[in-house]
Amino acid sequence: MTLILILTASVVTIALRALPFVLFGGNRQMPPVIHKVANLMPPAIIAVLVVYCLKNSIVNITMESLAAGIAALATTLVHLWKRNTLASIAIGTIIYMVCIRLFV
Amino acid sequence: MSALNKYVGRNRFMEHEKMEGKKGLLKMAFLKSLPVMCGYVFLGIAFGIMAEEAGLAFGWVLLMSLIVFAGSMQFVMVPMLVGAVSPVTMALTALFVNGRHIFYGVSFVESFKKLKHRWYMIFSLTDETYSVLCGCKNEDPEEKKRDGWFWIALMDHSYWVFGSVVGALLGAALPFDFTGIDFCMTALFIVILIEQVLGNKKVSGPAALIGLVVGTASLLVFGVSNFLLPALLVSVMILSVWTGISGKEEKKA
Repeated sequence: MTLILILTASVVTIALRALPFVLFGGNRQMPPVIHKVANLMPPAIIAVLVVYCLKNSIVNITMESLAAGIAALATTLVHLWKRNTLASIAIGTIIYMVCIRLFV
Repeated sequence: MSALNKYVGRNRFMEHEKMEGKKGLLKMAFLKSLPVMCGYVFLGIAFGIMAEEAGLAFGWVLLMSLIVFAGSMQFVMVPMLVGAVSPVTMALTALFVNGRHIFYGVSFVESFKKLKHRWYMIFSLTDETYSVLCGCKNEDPEEKKRDGWFWIALMDHSYWVFGSVVGALLGAALPFDFTGIDFCMTALFIVILIEQVLGNKKVSGPAALIGLVVGTASLLVFGVSNFLLPALLVSVMILSVWTGISGKEEKKA
């Protein structure tokens, strides 16, 4: 039973990930409008994922929200300053880990 | 003879170049996947610990990370597996929790057509791999390093499997307090978003703003556990209308 359930979840997940490729793949060309929208989607989707990551900090304002806010701001500023992906992520994460230990 | 030597020499040179190219791609892939490593290993450990404490056998934990490979879904699945829900319930839950994934492939249909491991790429298109690949595409619009994308996907998948296995086997015996390290995923998304916006301010800026505003509004309206899908749907709808309008203006001009 566990096997069937895991397979079900796997198949549904793969089907969802494959849907656009099945719809627009092969020899069928993507309609130009969808092609244009497709190029705009990454920044919008990643922006929604940022909100998703911060969802608990936004909905329940606690000291953790302050830590997340400071760390997110630090990540942004460090990245705008140096534009070094790994450094920005490392600094942001360390600041968050330090802040939640100090505040919470 | 000298012609043959020349030929062999050239061939060797090409071989060498090919190897260098592959090494370069592997190095690029490893660097790109590093932030995901930090997130996936620790999230995987958390998942492994949770599954193990819920009483799930090690084999199932491994199988889930190998063939489902979807973070939040796997966390949701644990109590469902323990409680032996019906496959229909499982399918509907997967549809709901992972519905967002239908949006990810849209931007990669053309690019993936040219990849050897196309089906593996489609299978392994998680939130994080998707974002990292968007970053790669942004940085390298001609996609010269496209062959390295497979390694990024494979490395990300390995980190997840490795983390789950460590969590399930060692469980709570791990000596460190890693609380908060999951922020590296948030930071990763923030950094990729900034790069997208800086790469094309005119277009990506407003698109990112739409995502942030719609995402936050949807969160406040639908709550923590239900907001993701409506947020993505509404964002894509707004982007479509916007594209339609700017397309018409172009035609007029």
